[in-house]
Amino acid sequence: MFTILGFPAPLLFGQLLLGVINGAFYALLSLGLAVIFGMLNIVNFAHGALFMLGAFVAWGLLEYLGIGYWWALVLAPLVVGAFGIVLEKLLISRLYKLDHLYGLLLTFGLALIIEGLARNNFGSSGMPYPIPASLQGAMNLGFMFLPVYRGWVVVAALVMCLATWVVIEKTPLGATLRAATENAKLVQAFGVNVPLMITLTYAGGVALAAFAGVLAAPIYSVNPNMGANFIIVVFAVVVIGGMGSILGSVVTGFGLGVIEGLTKVFYPQASATVIFLVMIIVLLARPAGLFGRAA
Amino acid sequence: MAEPMLQVRDLNAWYGESHVLHGVDFDVGEGEVVTLLGRNGAGKTTTMKSIMGLVPRRAGSIRFRGAELVGMRPDLIARTGIGFCPEERGIFASLDVTENLMLPREVAPGGLSVAEIHTLFPNLKERARSQGTKLSGGEQQMLAIGRILRTGAKLLLLDEPTEGLAPVIVQQIGRTIREIKARGFTVLLVEQNFRFAATLADRHYVMEHGRIIDMIPNAELEARMDTLHEYLGV
Repeated sequence: MFTILGFPAPLLFGQLLLGVINGAFYALLSLGLAVIFGMLNIVNFAHGALFMLGAFVAWGLLEYLGIGYWWALVLAPLVVGAFGIVLEKLLISRLYKLDHLYGLLLTFGLALIIEGLARNNFGSSGMPYPIPASLQGAMNLGFMFLPVYRGWVVVAALVMCLATWVVIEKTPLGATLRAATENAKLVQAFGVNVPLMITLTYAGGVALAAFAGVLAAPIYSVNPNMGANFIIVVFAVVVIGGMGSILGSVVTGFGLGVIEGLTKVFYPQASATVIFLVMIIVLLARPAGLFGRAA
Repeated sequence: MAEPMLQVRDLNAWYGESHVLHGVDFDVGEGEVVTLLGRNGAGKTTTMKSIMGLVPRRAGSIRFRGAELVGMRPDLIARTGIGFCPEERGIFASLDVTENLMLPREVAPGGLSVAEIHTLFPNLKERARSQGTKLSGGEQQMLAIGRILRTGAKLLLLDEPTEGLAPVIVQQIGRTIREIKARGFTVLLVEQNFRFAATLADRHYVMEHGRIIDMIPNAELEARMDTLHEYLGV
């Protein structure tokens, strides 16, 4: 067995892989948060709960209707996206004229309610979700074994991030979205139904979270706390990447996942705090975040 | 007599507690170029924004081609066929020139094609891929006007299109406004520079303290120059 810097290579690569996997979820979640923040000016604290809801929808589809993983990957985002439309229309849209803090409080409350309901109905121990048959097993990469499913998660997350980036940066719809982020009133005066666009942006952002939730279901068990475990780190990712920056979210998400993984090898005691250390340093040096535009 | 294209009656507007427009009345006929003149703070820009539905609160009546705009959402107002070029130009920094040009929705057939806009403003073609706000002030103004010519809107609201621009650019914008008038567009123009306005407009409304206080046909402008100077304090 060979070693790198005195650490056994399998340990190092294992943690690196774990870091990249976590990074994939950080990226997907912070991407949705960034899009929502850019357009709605709301820090969506319910994001983790909706990620969890995505996993629960996948689990429910399988348990009650016998609908498997691949359909869940499509249906769960649609279901959670539709739920997002209801939330935005019914509750969040009433807060646009108020301070940011009200949106934060409302979505935080929503997160507590959604997670509480899940805990009440399903307990907090979690339910297993099987890896689909076509993604079972592992590949020998020569220096380590890569479980196929984990490789798939990284690829799927990267593709989804890229697709979101292309839509926002390279299409007319994305141009309208970017313009509305800058000056929603003027865009509306150009004939664009901005309120509808805001609703659909929220739905799209939470659908991304649900997609991540389905990806996560076979790795972590489906449990009511799975979102809460992620969300604090994801907020740090968004702050480090720069509020509202798409590219920043993706790069920072994967980057911090790796940093976290490597810290687990070299100095495990710091692995839970290293991200916040990075956040403090970045905010001191670049208050708008790594990819943020100074206001 | 047929109703004019745009008919504003007893228009009031508020920003929070402050009551900015106090019963504005004026008409714009189809194919006319009409200016709103007045000192800073007289309510010219607010009148424009009220027509577009961009003020927090408004009352009274704004009829455009028979449709009542008070109470209508800004995107639906735009879709009745009104193009808005705001005072601050409203060029988007995160969009390139082409994206800025293509942003306003097409609301009716009969707008200028992109090729025609590029003929009017060749700079926009050369800089198609530049970031919108990297353009010079004059080019940004051309972009702001060009993008609403594309939509097929037949009434254009231009808020101080010449503000802060070099004389040669002001002339180019003047030529453009005459050209679009010749093509049958109707223009409501806010201008500080009434000498510029006099070369284009059919009629001038003078605003003061949130009201229209006078209307001067362009033919009488020379004769009434003293009165106008008094109104504008120049």
